[in-house]
Amino acid sequence: MAIAGLMAAALAVVFLRAGSPRLGAADWAAVRFSASQAAASALASVLLAVPVARALARRRFAGRGLLIAAMGAPFLLPVVVAVLGLLAIFGRAGLVNAGLAALGLPQIGIYGFHGVVLAHVFLNMPLAVRMILHGWQGVPAERVRLAQSLGLGPWGVFRHIEWPMLRGVVPGALLAVFLICLTSFAVVLILGGGPRATTVELAIWQAVRFDFDLSRAAMLASVQFLLCGAAVLLAARWTAPGVLGGGLDRALSLPAPGGWRRVADVVAIGAAGVFLAWPVAMIGVWGLGGLTSLPQAVWAGAATSIALSLVVALLTGLAVVALASAAARAGVLARLAEAAGMLPMAASSLVLGIGLFLMLHPVMAPSRLALPVTALVNTLMALPFALRLVLPAWREAEATQGRLADSLGLTGLGRLRLAILPRVRRPLGMAVGLAAALAMGDLGVITLFASDQGGTLPLQVWRLMGAYRTDQAEAAALLLTVLSFAVFILFDLWGRCGTEA
Amino acid sequence: MKALFLATCGLMAATTLTMADTPVLTVLTYDSFASDWGPGPVVEKAFEADCGCDLRFVPAGDGAALLSRLRLEGARSEADVVLGLDTNLTAAAKATGLFAPHGVSAALDLPIAWDDATFLPFDWGWFAFVYDKARVTAPPTSIEALADSDLKVVIQDPRSSTPGLGLLMWVKAAYGERSGEIWEKLADNILTVTPGWSESYDLFLKGEADMVLSYTTSPAYHLIAEQDDSKAAAAFDEGHYLQVEVAGVLANAKQPDLARKFMAFVVSEPFQAAIPETNWMYPAKTPAAGLPEGFGTLIQPARSLLFPADEAQAVRDAAVEEWRAALAK
Repeated sequence: MAIAGLMAAALAVVFLRAGSPRLGAADWAAVRFSASQAAASALASVLLAVPVARALARRRFAGRGLLIAAMGAPFLLPVVVAVLGLLAIFGRAGLVNAGLAALGLPQIGIYGFHGVVLAHVFLNMPLAVRMILHGWQGVPAERVRLAQSLGLGPWGVFRHIEWPMLRGVVPGALLAVFLICLTSFAVVLILGGGPRATTVELAIWQAVRFDFDLSRAAMLASVQFLLCGAAVLLAARWTAPGVLGGGLDRALSLPAPGGWRRVADVVAIGAAGVFLAWPVAMIGVWGLGGLTSLPQAVWAGAATSIALSLVVALLTGLAVVALASAAARAGVLARLAEAAGMLPMAASSLVLGIGLFLMLHPVMAPSRLALPVTALVNTLMALPFALRLVLPAWREAEATQGRLADSLGLTGLGRLRLAILPRVRRPLGMAVGLAAALAMGDLGVITLFASDQGGTLPLQVWRLMGAYRTDQAEAAALLLTVLSFAVFILFDLWGRCGTEA
Repeated sequence: MKALFLATCGLMAATTLTMADTPVLTVLTYDSFASDWGPGPVVEKAFEADCGCDLRFVPAGDGAALLSRLRLEGARSEADVVLGLDTNLTAAAKATGLFAPHGVSAALDLPIAWDDATFLPFDWGWFAFVYDKARVTAPPTSIEALADSDLKVVIQDPRSSTPGLGLLMWVKAAYGERSGEIWEKLADNILTVTPGWSESYDLFLKGEADMVLSYTTSPAYHLIAEQDDSKAAAAFDEGHYLQVEVAGVLANAKQPDLARKFMAFVVSEPFQAAIPETNWMYPAKTPAAGLPEGFGTLIQPARSLLFPADEAQAVRDAAVEEWRAALAK
């Protein structure tokens, strides 16, 4: 309730400051472009993620755990750094074109719609893999046994176990990637090649900064809100309820068929690994040289960012447990709780920030509140993902263990600890880890609330870039990536320990 | 959250206690001015040496972000002085009615005449396309020649970046009626458009583009800080558009006397001497010791282009629409 209130108030305040809104043709072009690139990116990410997740679910090999963990890395990269990493491979002066030139072949261009989709797949496919992999890992061992004793072949396993599971998991993954891509703007502008690649978020940015037309900004934010709402509803309609039933939580992976399927799995894992690792490796290579000469301010920024990300992790953990426990029940209130959790996704972080700014400004100087507001906004922005990740597992746990818990009279903390937590621990760990890591890398709201309290690490990276100090900026970006990854791994490992990943 | 909030409040209380007897002058400025690598720290130290005050920089994004911040805050702004608007923003800034006359009369070294009672220039620079001498051996000599070449450039979005908007003004000032046609010819030379200057410049340094929209002074950074003379700015025959960065006093300043003192300090030696090698721009008043050595190697445009503030404001929206239409094809 508090969340919904805060969001509505933020939007309302921006509206109040504004007059009557008006959207032009360019704004509608931005809406269309945002939606189409986000839909294409979501489809491509999830289609590519399914074979990779399946291969990871049914194969066991050395370094598998590490690979799954490392899948988080692209998602956590500072956006501009990720784009530079991709350009080092696919850009005009990149390795692929250098190779093509050496072979006398024509050059490929990355700038355009396909470049935007490529970058979004790079950034979000790993997230989709993780979400879908959770689905595979959630298949009860009893089902696998049953399939084995019935002598089901790979096709039968797909039809009776994997397809129903995917029907439950894929819409959520599509939704998450769609929503992330919908509000992206730096990637889209740089790789889209110019103003034809204008997203709603960029149009909002323009309305605020360039035209100072708050009513248009609020109007655009509302359109974005409606788009997100439509996507959430669609995903909810497509999501099939869990039909696989419960089990005794014993780990048993699916049968690993041989023959060409084995080769296909190796190719899927190998290709994904190379595609994701290559640009990340470039960032490592650039940054290593400057790590020793990082200025003091960068280390101070790192300390601020670590504290910020831990606060956000704590807040997100508490909020998601509260929301999920409400949303997992049946009834109208549950729907409301779920919707409240998805709301922040719809709001543009810029408009949310301005709303908070206008609300706080009469009370005290916003520059004194930069860090608390950043923590709050980041928690709000992380909630939708967290809820998406945790809610399916929570519902599953309530469906399979709820009646037993009821008959034992388990309520409150005891129910949470014994019946629910063991089954949602893995997605919860990942969700909190993501929230912490995203907060670490966030450079949205803090610039609006600009303060002299000392910058966060992403702010310092941006400042170094702005001061021509590219080498140090790259080293600081590497540090940021490593730290984001470290907090993510920390919570993710907590989620995975005790459960077979 | 609560802990953080309390900590913030505690910190504020502590600040208030220690600063109780020293007045605080609050200067709203763009981020890279106040950062550890900008002029901020040097300026702060020099001004605090004899003002008997605490100079506090509040950094807010870039020049355009300063103005939107100011409009959000209105007359209740905590700032006394705003530092870092440019001539594309001053008309709108003046129209807010939030500024008071600066009251400083100083002879400045700008390439154009300056007469503005509200805004006082603190530095300036010419926009230019910067290239790597090893890769581009015959740089173009005008925007039109660039459009006719097959060189690839990165520019910035005028809607989110002040240099990006500067290029629009440059084309408009140099080509007038023909500006739309020039943009259509330029479209195939534009590799991509980035939201801000730093992304563009990084793409250029990575070898992704042949040229980047920056300043004539950019090569001086590489020369002085990195002993690297491989970068140069292309000199264009039609002249180069100017960016003049200005400071202004807010009418509702809580420390009006200190604010006026600071404005006089802005065009004084200690402030101006810090500009070339921290902000990498030309100081508004050349320091007694002259410019740093590396600046002598930079190109000196024969013509300087600049729209008066009102005209810049008037042509802005049409210029952006023209740019968008030409590039969206």
